[in-house]
Amino acid sequence: MSRLSDHNVAIAKEIIGHYPKQKSALIPLVHLSQEQNGYVTKDAMRHIAELVNVTPAEVLGTASFYEMFKFEPVGKYVVNVCTTLSCALLGAGELLHHAEEKLGVKAGGTTADGLITLEPAECQAACTEAPCLQVNYRHKYRVTHDDFDQMVDDLRSGKLESEIPAHGTLGMQRQHIPDDKGVGAVHPDDVVGGPVWIPVAVEPDTEGASK
Amino acid sequence: MTDVPTEVAEEPAIEEISEPEPDPNAVQVTLNGSAVTAQKGDLVIAVAEGNGAAVPHFCYHPRMSSVGMCRQCLVEVDTGRGMQLQPSCMITVSPDMKIDTESPTAKRAQEGMIELLLANHPLDCPVCDKGGECPLQDQSYAVGPGESRYVEEKRHYEKPIPISDLVLLDRERCILCDRCTRFADEVAGDKLIVFTERGNNTQVMTFPDEPFASYFSGNTVQICPVGALTAEPYRFKARPWDLEQQESTCTTCSVGCRTVVQSSRDELLRYQGVDSDPVNHGWLCDRGRFNFEAVNSEHRLTQPMIRTEAGLIEASWSGAMASASGLIRETLANGGPARIAILGGARGSNEDAFAWGQLADAIDTPYRDAQLGDGLPGELLGLNRATIDEAANASTIVLLGPDLKEELPVLYLRLRDAAEKKRSKIIEFSATDTGLSRYAWKSVRHEPGNQTDAVESAIADADIAAQLASGDVVIVAGRPNLAESSDATVAALQAMLNAAPGAKVLPALRRGNVVGALSLGMAPTGPVGDRGDAIDALTAAAEGKIDLLILVGADPLSDCPDTDLARRALAGARRIISIDTHPSESTKLADVVLAAAAYGEKSGTTTNLEGRVTTLAQKVTVVGTARPDWMIAVELGMSLGDNSFGADHPLADVASVNDVTDAISATAPLFAMVTRQALAGDPNGVMSAQPTALLPAVSVAVAGRNSYDYRLVVNRKLYDGAIGTAMSRSLVNLAPGAAAHVHPLDLDGIGVTEGTEVKLISAKATAVLPVVGNNNVPRGVVWAPFNQPGTGSIEDIIDATAANTDVRIERI
Repeated sequence: MSRLSDHNVAIAKEIIGHYPKQKSALIPLVHLSQEQNGYVTKDAMRHIAELVNVTPAEVLGTASFYEMFKFEPVGKYVVNVCTTLSCALLGAGELLHHAEEKLGVKAGGTTADGLITLEPAECQAACTEAPCLQVNYRHKYRVTHDDFDQMVDDLRSGKLESEIPAHGTLGMQRQHIPDDKGVGAVHPDDVVGGPVWIPVAVEPDTEGASK
Repeated sequence: MTDVPTEVAEEPAIEEISEPEPDPNAVQVTLNGSAVTAQKGDLVIAVAEGNGAAVPHFCYHPRMSSVGMCRQCLVEVDTGRGMQLQPSCMITVSPDMKIDTESPTAKRAQEGMIELLLANHPLDCPVCDKGGECPLQDQSYAVGPGESRYVEEKRHYEKPIPISDLVLLDRERCILCDRCTRFADEVAGDKLIVFTERGNNTQVMTFPDEPFASYFSGNTVQICPVGALTAEPYRFKARPWDLEQQESTCTTCSVGCRTVVQSSRDELLRYQGVDSDPVNHGWLCDRGRFNFEAVNSEHRLTQPMIRTEAGLIEASWSGAMASASGLIRETLANGGPARIAILGGARGSNEDAFAWGQLADAIDTPYRDAQLGDGLPGELLGLNRATIDEAANASTIVLLGPDLKEELPVLYLRLRDAAEKKRSKIIEFSATDTGLSRYAWKSVRHEPGNQTDAVESAIADADIAAQLASGDVVIVAGRPNLAESSDATVAALQAMLNAAPGAKVLPALRRGNVVGALSLGMAPTGPVGDRGDAIDALTAAAEGKIDLLILVGADPLSDCPDTDLARRALAGARRIISIDTHPSESTKLADVVLAAAAYGEKSGTTTNLEGRVTTLAQKVTVVGTARPDWMIAVELGMSLGDNSFGADHPLADVASVNDVTDAISATAPLFAMVTRQALAGDPNGVMSAQPTALLPAVSVAVAGRNSYDYRLVVNRKLYDGAIGTAMSRSLVNLAPGAAAHVHPLDLDGIGVTEGTEVKLISAKATAVLPVVGNNNVPRGVVWAPFNQPGTGSIEDIIDATAANTDVRIERI
């Protein structure tokens, strides 16, 4: 089953409650499902459709607009090598080629152990730090071939485990707003303390690719 | 504006005004140099097109909201800041606006848009079904640049992909105008197709494994401005320039949508919706759109047949008519008119119904009915009748009837639109969830058969009472459940009318021309209690009191809710004459079978549920030697000896269907206005006059039931075992199939899982059906679709004479 887990349904309901219209919670819920499984499964889209009272087709239509939602299994780490102008001038083509050789997959593919997916990408807004890449959307700057090899080795050995969460997990912390601190619940003058944060709890995945 | 001076004249207090008041909503604009008066809120494109300035467009559709997707309708507009290019479907007129649809800049912009749209559109017009009637092709010729500067490879997609059983999609032809997806969302409410992906990869798509199974999917094919969406039944069947067409009216249900019937080489090939403002707004349901296949079916009855010792054998018309008229005369001589019953007539035209009504009069039978115990008493038509427009603009719509989405689909679209656009509030009384439940302001669930109590407690509710009092009320009344007596609905309707005495009533009877048939002589004539309706006739036949049963396009074995009664009736009637287009269970038992002309093979008129009379077109020649029903009735009427039509009978010397139409307007008072001249003058038809009647007094006793019982609700679905769908290749597999639906929690109570077969035991019989868990069904109710293919038959356990049918569900 790759519907949302009971734990995540509880989070989903909280997210839905933040919006005046249920449907507005659609994209946060797609993120949540990608966090659970590493990619957005069909069952999860059906489940989200039930939760926000739209058709599964509407979920697909909205989610597929965004390239960072994946609809097929991807590796635990998605490596995006920038190939746009500044990076291209400073050797992004060679870097991508090197990455393909190092990982043994063509761009767009996933390594046989399911750990790393390699993708070419458009500008990542770090042109002064070219050539750059992202691992699960976390930047690496001025990447040399040796840097790349080192990074792959570190990913494989689990050294970066604490630094880079599995694909789909946006942050290590999730904001949680208790009911008594929601918008309108307390007068702004009476607010004491900041929002309450709870640590993210990604349920162990059963079907997704992030092993 | 001709009525304005009259109004002024009626008000002597006001000084005489030489000029009529200026219309406060009028907006003066300049269109291509000439002054034009528009209405506030009009779109520039609508004003331009309405004043003879064609603006090329693809996404704009007058029955849907504007989205400005295709950018093709760019025109120059000056609102005081100088001429600027604007998409004319996205801006409304403002005072002193200057619009130029033909300026060099506008022309260049339109040319440029065509070139961009064709950047990826394949030039496969010679093999494309749309070629010849394609807005993109036509407008490329009319306003396109003629050549393209694009030399790059075009997009390629797998082609075609079926997005439903009826509709295929060629994605590379799509220009992303958003018409089909907008239709699915705004008009049909089935948001099953959407734009997916982004940029150059944007494409219309369904969710995987969830096809575009909308009852209205065929409309997307009709409004697609390119050849991206094609209908499976028509694909590669004809080229538009080979088609001949004639305007007609769909008689699949009683909404009476306007259509064009298109044929090539004397074969019906396609129906398209025609935008009739008071009726269908251009839309059709898929059943009405595609059931022309039944007319072309190889199973049609082409010759009359007579039963001999060797079974039914083909006969000549003279032989068959002689034996039919012989049977009538013999029965009249031996048993009298009370031993003859005539059922049916709602399938055909007004002319058919009138001729059969006249024949029934000549025979003087006490038994005649155009409904088969599945409708409501004919007095319904004598209430203050609403039009569809009145219903769709009423401040309150009360639903006391079947699921309109299943039985009268385009009426469903009109009422859904009324609720979605916030013109109307819907109050629904229903035993189960229906298509309109989610759009209803109040959707009241009641125990099947107990709608009167539900209506009475609703009226007592302050909110509902205030709503009913706040404006006009239209009650849509039909038969909500084939497994309960119609008395329950009559009583609830009466209760509602008592609470809202000014309310109008829209009869939601399903059969194509049921209103015409009931108004023109095929309604039972007896007094309440001894009506001589279909159930009375079948009961009499079952008791051996009927010697001759005449079925005019009626198949009681599959169309009467109480199949058991129908079966006993057809066995008990000594002789049966069946007039039908296709062989049915009932024609198999007939002694004389007369082959009837079908839809598209005969002209005439038909009456919709509002009483609106519109024309039917004969587009193709009849198969074999089949004849229209009216012709058969007239010929029989002339050959009954003492009972024959006299020399001064209105049908005594009719030679064509036009003579029958004239005879109707000459002799039927309600149809006096419905002359051929009037019909020719207005494609929206002519309203027939309305009788006045009061609902019969009924007493409803809702029997208690013990806790093991489930109360049965049986409804028609859009796709069922009826001839029109069963004989249409493309529709036959769409029927959901026989099953017993219960609330998922009740599955546990019965102790079965979904899909297992269970026994449904009623007081009279047992049916074995697979059970399905369905959230739309309340607990304690078992819902079953009527006349469905499958092994079990729910119709066996319905008792037509009981107030309700309670069943016990047992595991096998």
